[in-house]
Amino acid sequence: MAVLLLGEVNDGELALDPTAKAVNAAKALGEVTVLCAGASAAAAGAAAAKIEGVAKVLVAEHPALSHRLAEPTAAMIVSLAGDYSHIMAPATSDAKNVMPRVAALLDVMVISDVSGVVDADTFERPIYAGNAIQTVRSKDAKKVVTLRTSAFKAAGKGGPAKVETVDVPGDPGLSEWVEDKVAESDRPELTSAGVVVSGGRGVGSQGDFALIEKLADKLGAAVGASRAAVDAGFAPNDWQVGQTGKVVAPELYVAVGISGAIQHLAGMKDSKIIVAINKDPDAPIFQIADYGLVADLFQAVPELIEKL
Amino acid sequence: MKVLVPVKRVIDYNVKVRVKADGSGVDLANVKMSMNPFDEIAVEEAIRLKEAGTADEVVAVSIGVKQAQETLRTALAMGADRAILIVAAADAHQDIEPLAVAKILKAVIDEEQPNLVLAGKQAIDNDMNATGQMLSALLGWSQATFASKLEVNGDNAVVTREVDGGLQTIKVKLPAIVTVDLRLNQPRYASLPNIMKAKKKPLGEKTAADYGVDVSPRLEVVKTAEPEARQAGEIVPDVDTLVAKLKERGVV
Repeated sequence: MAVLLLGEVNDGELALDPTAKAVNAAKALGEVTVLCAGASAAAAGAAAAKIEGVAKVLVAEHPALSHRLAEPTAAMIVSLAGDYSHIMAPATSDAKNVMPRVAALLDVMVISDVSGVVDADTFERPIYAGNAIQTVRSKDAKKVVTLRTSAFKAAGKGGPAKVETVDVPGDPGLSEWVEDKVAESDRPELTSAGVVVSGGRGVGSQGDFALIEKLADKLGAAVGASRAAVDAGFAPNDWQVGQTGKVVAPELYVAVGISGAIQHLAGMKDSKIIVAINKDPDAPIFQIADYGLVADLFQAVPELIEKL
Repeated sequence: MKVLVPVKRVIDYNVKVRVKADGSGVDLANVKMSMNPFDEIAVEEAIRLKEAGTADEVVAVSIGVKQAQETLRTALAMGADRAILIVAAADAHQDIEPLAVAKILKAVIDEEQPNLVLAGKQAIDNDMNATGQMLSALLGWSQATFASKLEVNGDNAVVTREVDGGLQTIKVKLPAIVTVDLRLNQPRYASLPNIMKAKKKPLGEKTAADYGVDVSPRLEVVKTAEPEARQAGEIVPDVDTLVAKLKERGVV
């Protein structure tokens, strides 16, 4: 058995954290080959070669792969699929876009957002916004799997594994990239941050969200938001933590003014330590928090910033 | 331009999901069922395209149990012109996998020849997030997933997508599959007169066998379990205690 793992490459750089976590989840299944695809991917390939457990790295460079458009990326993966029993990727928005397309081209079912690898055919995954965990056994000859990175630890440093370049099938010409609007930030990336501070509807306004950001900066944390806060326009959607947003599992998660809808809990309940600050003592968030503080956030958060 | 919208009948998003004690699945007996919320957004967007004069017909399709008729009537009451039900399961507990759904949809699309398919990005029951991408692959069409903005111009569509780092805008050739995200629009409620009118709109019925598609699952469900419960910790009296506890745990 052998695993082809799609490395997470953004603008030619490897996103090490999600890739290393996916490698760690995949390596029990067989020899892991990481594919780094992009307009330029050599640097990403060199970085992937230093992840422990990686046997080989394939570098695919072509302008058509530059923005991870689904059609050329899926065609690229399918062209390599013959040699592998498993085709896997960290469950990023890019992989969720590409991997079901790969699966359909191979006439197999995709197994999305896997949170546990039981054996080569059997996987655990959350359904119903994390309200149930389903164990499924695939009858397909090849398994196409995306891995929920918050469920796995990152593989350490190793290697270097050997790096090869591969041919790219080219561009089917179905879609073209127009622009990216990426929020510039000095803060750590939300899904890999050690500390996350999130605000909810209780924060009350976009202006007051500055208080959440201030606490985050004090803790060197990433900033998150509940769906209610995003829907209310207090925070951008790429900050959203929850079933319809990002899934995080930091060492410390601070939920401020978040009631704790199931939707939100599905995105953060695997955090190691959860702190909740909410003025409503009956808020469901307190049922899963390690430390709960029943207080007005506009008093508690400035005091917390001062005393940390 | 014809727009096709696949809709799924799922457990209503307000219902607390219960896992069956024998681990065989989720209890759907006597539970309120509704249209998948992401699909509602897709129906709304299709109707807006029609209202803007970009689309001239909106066809809703549902694949599943016979009762998915109700879901299609909802789509018709919102403003879809006609509907097609494809009965593929006898029991609501039998979830038809995205690959089989995509194969049936491909057969429907071969007949209907729409220029655009608008689908929800995922169903809130199995959370697979796959049908649109799979359908696009089977048809060899372009795909734009997780749309928060859609603009149709002649033979192409410009789609803004919700991605991890922010937003990505791409231009896709039509025909295309677009899967929709939460922020694309706010779906309308069907008015009573429209609900009455929807009862008279055409709703055709077929079966998966009519299209020669095998819907037997590729993924065997071994078991369904409750997620591990997290224990509630303690309520701290003040900020000082909180800071002390966090220092004790070594996280600040």
